[in-house]
Amino acid sequence: MYSKGFKPLAASAVAVTLLAFAMVFFYAPLETDQGFIQKIFYLHVPMAIVALGGFVAGGIMAILHLRSGDRSWDMRSYVCIHLSIILGTGVLLTGSIWARASWGHWWLWDEPVLVSFLVVFLLYCVYYPLRFSIEDPERQARYSSVFAIAAGAFVPINFAAVRMAQAFTHPRVLSETGGALPGDMRLTFVVCIVAMALIFVTLWKLELTAKHASMQLKRLRTRLEATAST
Amino acid sequence: MPALPLDEAGKYVAAAYVVFLLLILVYVAIIGMKVSRIEREVGELLELTEEDESPRAREVGHSPTVQESPEGEQSPQRAGLEAPPR
Repeated sequence: MYSKGFKPLAASAVAVTLLAFAMVFFYAPLETDQGFIQKIFYLHVPMAIVALGGFVAGGIMAILHLRSGDRSWDMRSYVCIHLSIILGTGVLLTGSIWARASWGHWWLWDEPVLVSFLVVFLLYCVYYPLRFSIEDPERQARYSSVFAIAAGAFVPINFAAVRMAQAFTHPRVLSETGGALPGDMRLTFVVCIVAMALIFVTLWKLELTAKHASMQLKRLRTRLEATAST
Repeated sequence: MPALPLDEAGKYVAAAYVVFLLLILVYVAIIGMKVSRIEREVGELLELTEEDESPRAREVGHSPTVQESPEGEQSPQRAGLEAPPR
Protein backbone atom coordinates (compact mmCIF):
# COMPACT_ATOMS: atom_id res chain seq x y z
CA MET A 1 0.00 0.00 0.00
CA TYR A 2 2.60 2.54 1.15
CA SER A 3 5.61 0.88 -0.45
CA LYS A 4 4.45 1.69 -3.98
CA GLY A 5 7.17 3.62 -5.80
CA PHE A 6 9.50 3.44 -2.81
CA LYS A 7 12.60 2.20 -4.66
CA PRO A 8 12.76 4.99 -7.28
CA LEU A 9 11.98 7.54 -4.58
CA ALA A 10 14.79 6.29 -2.33
CA ALA A 11 17.20 6.16 -5.28
CA SER A 12 16.35 9.72 -6.30
CA ALA A 13 16.70 10.90 -2.68
CA VAL A 14 20.21 9.42 -2.46
CA ALA A 15 21.20 10.80 -5.88
CA VAL A 16 19.92 14.33 -5.22
CA THR A 17 21.47 14.37 -1.73
CA LEU A 18 24.87 13.39 -3.15
CA LEU A 19 24.47 16.06 -5.84
CA ALA A 20 23.52 18.64 -3.20
CA PHE A 21 26.54 17.83 -1.02
CA ALA A 22 28.83 17.96 -4.06
CA MET A 23 27.39 21.36 -5.00
CA VAL A 24 27.80 22.66 -1.43
CA PHE A 25 31.49 21.81 -1.27
CA PHE A 26 32.63 22.09 -4.92
CA TYR A 27 30.25 24.48 -6.69
CA ALA A 28 28.92 27.09 -4.27
CA PRO A 29 31.47 29.86 -3.65
CA LEU A 30 32.76 30.77 -0.20
CA GLU A 31 30.76 33.51 1.43
CA THR A 32 32.88 36.60 1.95
CA ASP A 33 31.69 37.41 5.45
CA GLN A 34 31.54 33.98 7.12
CA GLY A 35 33.83 31.94 4.90
CA PHE A 36 33.71 28.14 5.08
CA ILE A 37 31.43 28.07 8.15
CA GLN A 38 28.56 29.29 5.94
CA LYS A 39 28.42 25.77 4.42
CA ILE A 40 26.26 24.82 7.44
CA PHE A 41 23.59 27.10 5.96
CA TYR A 42 22.93 24.58 3.13
CA LEU A 43 22.09 21.92 5.69
CA HIS A 44 20.53 23.90 8.52
CA VAL A 45 18.05 26.06 6.58
CA PRO A 46 16.60 23.35 4.26
CA MET A 47 16.21 21.11 7.31
CA ALA A 48 14.29 23.89 9.11
CA ILE A 49 12.08 24.61 6.08
CA VAL A 50 11.26 20.92 5.54
CA ALA A 51 10.63 20.38 9.28
CA LEU A 52 8.20 23.30 9.45
CA GLY A 53 6.59 22.17 6.18
CA GLY A 54 6.22 18.70 7.71
CA PHE A 55 4.41 20.13 10.72
CA VAL A 56 1.98 21.96 8.43
CA ALA A 57 1.54 18.84 6.27
CA GLY A 58 0.79 16.87 9.44
CA GLY A 59 -1.97 19.37 10.22
CA ILE A 60 -3.43 19.07 6.72
CA MET A 61 -3.45 15.27 6.97
CA ALA A 62 -5.16 15.58 10.35
CA ILE A 63 -7.89 17.68 8.70
CA LEU A 64 -8.31 14.92 6.09
CA HIS A 65 -8.60 12.40 8.91
CA LEU A 66 -11.32 14.35 10.70
CA ARG A 67 -13.20 14.97 7.45
CA SER A 68 -13.07 11.41 6.15
CA GLY A 69 -12.83 9.39 9.36
CA ASP A 70 -10.14 7.32 7.65
CA ARG A 71 -7.57 6.35 10.31
CA SER A 72 -4.81 5.98 7.73
CA TRP A 73 -4.70 9.80 7.49
CA ASP A 74 -4.07 9.97 11.21
CA MET A 75 -1.18 7.53 10.79
CA ARG A 76 0.22 9.66 7.95
CA SER A 77 -0.11 12.78 10.09
CA TYR A 78 1.62 11.09 13.04
CA VAL A 79 4.57 9.90 10.94
CA CYS A 80 4.86 13.36 9.34
CA ILE A 81 5.03 15.06 12.76
CA HIS A 82 7.40 12.39 14.10
CA LEU A 83 9.83 12.95 11.22
CA SER A 84 9.54 16.73 11.56
CA ILE A 85 10.52 16.47 15.23
CA ILE A 86 13.59 14.43 14.25
CA LEU A 87 14.53 17.06 11.66
CA GLY A 88 13.76 19.76 14.25
CA THR A 89 16.31 18.16 16.58
CA GLY A 90 18.79 18.36 13.72
CA VAL A 91 17.91 22.02 13.14
CA LEU A 92 18.53 22.90 16.80
CA LEU A 93 21.82 20.97 16.93
CA THR A 94 23.26 22.27 13.66
CA GLY A 95 22.01 25.78 14.49
CA SER A 96 23.82 25.69 17.82
CA ILE A 97 27.02 24.52 16.14
CA TRP A 98 26.74 27.32 13.58
CA ALA A 99 25.92 29.89 16.28
CA ARG A 100 28.96 28.84 18.31
CA ALA A 101 31.24 29.13 15.29
CA SER A 102 29.73 32.33 13.96
CA TRP A 103 28.61 34.31 17.03
CA GLY A 104 30.66 32.66 19.78
CA HIS A 105 27.55 31.42 21.61
CA TRP A 106 25.74 28.09 21.53
CA TRP A 107 22.39 29.81 22.02
CA LEU A 108 21.01 33.38 22.15
CA TRP A 109 17.81 33.79 24.13
CA ASP A 110 17.08 37.28 22.74
CA GLU A 111 17.01 36.07 19.14
CA PRO A 112 13.39 35.64 17.90
CA VAL A 113 14.14 33.09 15.16
CA LEU A 114 15.93 30.72 17.54
CA VAL A 115 13.45 31.00 20.38
CA SER A 116 10.39 30.75 18.10
CA PHE A 117 11.73 27.55 16.54
CA LEU A 118 12.37 26.15 20.02
CA VAL A 119 8.79 27.06 21.02
CA VAL A 120 7.40 25.23 17.96
CA PHE A 121 9.67 22.25 18.67
CA LEU A 122 8.61 22.04 22.33
CA LEU A 123 4.96 22.43 21.34
CA TYR A 124 5.22 19.37 19.12
CA CYS A 125 7.08 17.44 21.84
CA VAL A 126 3.76 17.57 23.73
CA TYR A 127 2.18 15.60 20.88
CA TYR A 128 3.71 12.29 22.03
CA PRO A 129 2.48 12.28 25.65
CA LEU A 130 -0.93 13.48 24.43
CA ARG A 131 -1.19 10.75 21.82
CA PHE A 132 0.10 7.86 23.89
CA SER A 133 -1.80 8.73 27.06
CA ILE A 134 -5.07 7.84 25.30
CA GLU A 135 -5.70 4.12 25.01
CA ASP A 136 -8.84 4.08 22.90
CA PRO A 137 -7.57 4.13 19.28
CA GLU A 138 -10.51 6.18 17.96
CA ARG A 139 -10.14 8.88 20.62
CA GLN A 140 -6.37 8.80 20.29
CA ALA A 141 -6.61 9.49 16.55
CA ARG A 142 -9.25 12.20 16.99
CA TYR A 143 -7.49 14.10 19.79
CA SER A 144 -4.13 13.82 18.04
CA SER A 145 -5.68 15.22 14.88
CA VAL A 146 -7.17 18.18 16.74
CA PHE A 147 -3.76 18.90 18.26
CA ALA A 148 -2.00 18.52 14.90
CA ILE A 149 -4.42 20.99 13.27
CA ALA A 150 -4.08 23.60 16.05
CA ALA A 151 -0.29 23.29 16.20
CA GLY A 152 -0.04 23.18 12.40
CA ALA A 153 -1.94 26.49 12.20
CA PHE A 154 0.41 27.94 14.79
CA VAL A 155 3.49 27.26 12.64
CA PRO A 156 2.82 29.79 9.82
CA ILE A 157 1.45 32.35 12.32
CA ASN A 158 4.60 32.00 14.37
CA PHE A 159 6.76 32.25 11.25
CA ALA A 160 4.98 35.42 10.11
CA ALA A 161 5.24 36.99 13.56
CA VAL A 162 8.98 36.39 13.64
CA ARG A 163 9.37 37.85 10.14
CA MET A 164 7.60 40.98 11.28
CA ALA A 165 9.83 41.28 14.36
CA GLN A 166 12.92 43.40 14.19
CA ALA A 167 15.92 41.34 13.06
CA PHE A 168 18.70 40.97 15.60
CA THR A 169 21.53 38.60 14.79
CA HIS A 170 19.94 35.81 12.78
CA PRO A 171 19.87 36.59 9.04
CA ARG A 172 16.66 36.41 7.00
CA VAL A 173 17.27 33.99 4.16
CA LEU A 174 14.34 34.26 1.79
CA SER A 175 13.83 38.00 1.79
CA GLU A 176 14.58 40.89 -0.53
CA THR A 177 16.96 42.45 1.95
CA GLY A 178 19.77 40.75 3.74
CA GLY A 179 19.17 37.31 2.37
CA ALA A 180 19.41 37.81 -1.42
CA LEU A 181 21.67 34.96 -2.53
CA PRO A 182 23.83 35.10 -5.66
CA GLY A 183 22.79 32.74 -8.48
CA ASP A 184 25.14 29.82 -7.78
CA MET A 185 24.45 29.92 -4.04
CA ARG A 186 20.71 30.11 -4.67
CA LEU A 187 20.84 27.12 -7.06
CA THR A 188 22.79 25.08 -4.48
CA PHE A 189 20.30 26.10 -1.81
CA VAL A 190 17.32 25.04 -3.96
CA VAL A 191 18.95 21.66 -4.72
CA CYS A 192 19.55 21.22 -0.97
CA ILE A 193 15.87 21.92 -0.22
CA VAL A 194 14.80 19.39 -2.88
CA ALA A 195 17.23 16.81 -1.44
CA MET A 196 15.94 17.37 2.09
CA ALA A 197 12.31 17.12 0.92
CA LEU A 198 13.08 13.86 -0.91
CA ILE A 199 14.79 12.45 2.20
CA PHE A 200 11.73 13.43 4.24
CA VAL A 201 9.24 11.80 1.86
CA THR A 202 11.38 8.66 1.54
CA LEU A 203 11.66 8.21 5.31
CA TRP A 204 7.96 9.01 5.68
CA LYS A 205 7.06 6.24 3.25
CA LEU A 206 9.53 3.87 4.91
CA GLU A 207 8.06 4.36 8.37
CA LEU A 208 4.50 4.18 7.06
CA THR A 209 5.29 0.89 5.29
CA ALA A 210 6.82 -0.55 8.47
CA LYS A 211 3.88 0.61 10.60
CA HIS A 212 1.33 -0.72 8.11
CA ALA A 213 3.09 -4.11 7.99
CA SER A 214 3.18 -4.21 11.78
CA MET A 215 -0.54 -3.45 12.02
CA GLN A 216 -1.43 -6.07 9.40
CA LEU A 217 0.67 -8.61 11.29
CA LYS A 218 -1.15 -7.80 14.52
CA ARG A 219 -4.52 -8.31 12.79
CA LEU A 220 -3.34 -11.58 11.29
CA ARG A 221 -2.13 -12.82 14.68
CA THR A 222 -5.48 -11.90 16.30
CA ARG A 223 -7.43 -13.73 13.58
CA LEU A 224 -5.23 -16.81 13.78
CA GLU A 225 -5.55 -16.89 17.55
CA ALA A 226 -9.34 -16.57 17.23
CA THR A 227 -9.40 -19.42 14.68
CA ALA A 228 -7.22 -21.60 16.90
CA SER A 229 -9.44 -21.07 19.94
CA THR A 230 -12.63 -22.14 18.08
CA MET B 1 32.98 38.55 13.78
CA PRO B 2 35.68 37.85 11.17
CA ALA B 3 35.50 34.59 9.23
CA LEU B 4 37.09 31.64 11.00
CA PRO B 5 40.19 30.11 9.41
CA LEU B 6 39.49 26.96 7.36
CA ASP B 7 41.03 24.52 9.86
CA GLU B 8 38.83 25.81 12.67
CA ALA B 9 35.67 26.30 10.59
CA GLY B 10 36.12 22.82 9.08
CA LYS B 11 35.59 21.20 12.48
CA TYR B 12 32.26 22.97 12.98
CA VAL B 13 31.06 22.24 9.44
CA ALA B 14 32.06 18.57 9.79
CA ALA B 15 30.28 18.39 13.17
CA ALA B 16 27.05 19.79 11.68
CA TYR B 17 27.06 17.35 8.73
CA VAL B 18 27.97 14.41 11.00
CA VAL B 19 25.02 15.30 13.29
CA PHE B 20 22.68 15.18 10.28
CA LEU B 21 24.06 11.88 8.98
CA LEU B 22 23.91 10.34 12.47
CA LEU B 23 20.27 11.36 12.87
CA ILE B 24 19.36 9.76 9.54
CA LEU B 25 21.42 6.62 10.28
CA VAL B 26 19.91 6.15 13.76
CA TYR B 27 16.42 6.63 12.33
CA VAL B 28 16.99 4.12 9.52
CA ALA B 29 18.55 1.66 12.02
CA ILE B 30 15.47 1.90 14.27
CA ILE B 31 13.16 1.29 11.30
CA GLY B 32 15.43 -1.59 10.23
CA MET B 33 15.06 -3.17 13.67
CA LYS B 34 11.28 -2.79 13.43
CA VAL B 35 11.27 -4.48 10.01
CA SER B 36 13.42 -7.36 11.27
CA ARG B 37 11.04 -7.81 14.22
CA ILE B 38 8.10 -7.97 11.77
CA GLU B 39 10.00 -10.52 9.68
CA ARG B 40 10.67 -12.65 12.78
CA GLU B 41 7.01 -12.51 13.81
CA VAL B 42 5.88 -13.48 10.30
CA GLY B 43 8.22 -16.48 10.53
CA GLU B 44 6.73 -17.42 13.91
CA LEU B 45 3.19 -17.16 12.54
CA LEU B 46 4.13 -19.28 9.54
CA GLU B 47 5.55 -21.94 11.84
CA LEU B 48 2.39 -21.84 13.95
CA THR B 49 0.09 -22.25 10.94
CA GLU B 50 2.20 -25.09 9.59
CA GLU B 51 2.15 -26.84 12.97
CA ASP B 52 -1.60 -26.33 13.06
CA GLU B 53 -2.08 -27.69 9.57
CA SER B 54 0.04 -30.85 9.84
CA PRO B 55 -2.23 -32.72 12.36
CA ARG B 56 -5.27 -31.78 10.27
CA ALA B 57 -3.51 -33.05 7.18
CA ARG B 58 -2.81 -36.36 8.94
CA GLU B 59 -6.51 -36.59 9.85
CA VAL B 60 -7.60 -35.96 6.26
CA GLY B 61 -4.94 -38.28 4.87
CA HIS B 62 -1.71 -37.16 3.32
CA SER B 63 -1.63 -37.87 -0.37
CA PRO B 64 1.60 -39.64 -1.44
CA THR B 65 1.35 -38.06 -4.88
CA VAL B 66 1.85 -34.58 -3.45
CA GLN B 67 5.35 -33.27 -3.95
CA GLU B 68 7.08 -30.04 -3.02
CA SER B 69 6.92 -27.43 -5.71
CA PRO B 70 10.23 -25.99 -6.95
CA GLU B 71 9.14 -22.50 -5.75
CA GLY B 72 9.04 -23.59 -2.14
CA GLU B 73 7.33 -25.70 0.47
CA GLN B 74 3.70 -26.51 -0.18
CA SER B 75 1.21 -27.18 2.58
CA PRO B 76 -0.47 -30.63 2.38
CA GLN B 77 -3.98 -29.16 2.40
CA ARG B 78 -3.32 -26.77 -0.40
CA ALA B 79 -1.44 -29.39 -2.34
CA GLY B 80 -4.29 -31.79 -1.83
CA LEU B 81 -6.76 -29.35 -3.34
CA GLU B 82 -4.60 -28.94 -6.36
CA ALA B 83 -4.04 -32.69 -6.82
CA PRO B 84 -5.83 -34.24 -9.84
CA PRO B 85 -9.15 -35.91 -9.02
CA ARG B 86 -9.05 -39.69 -8.66
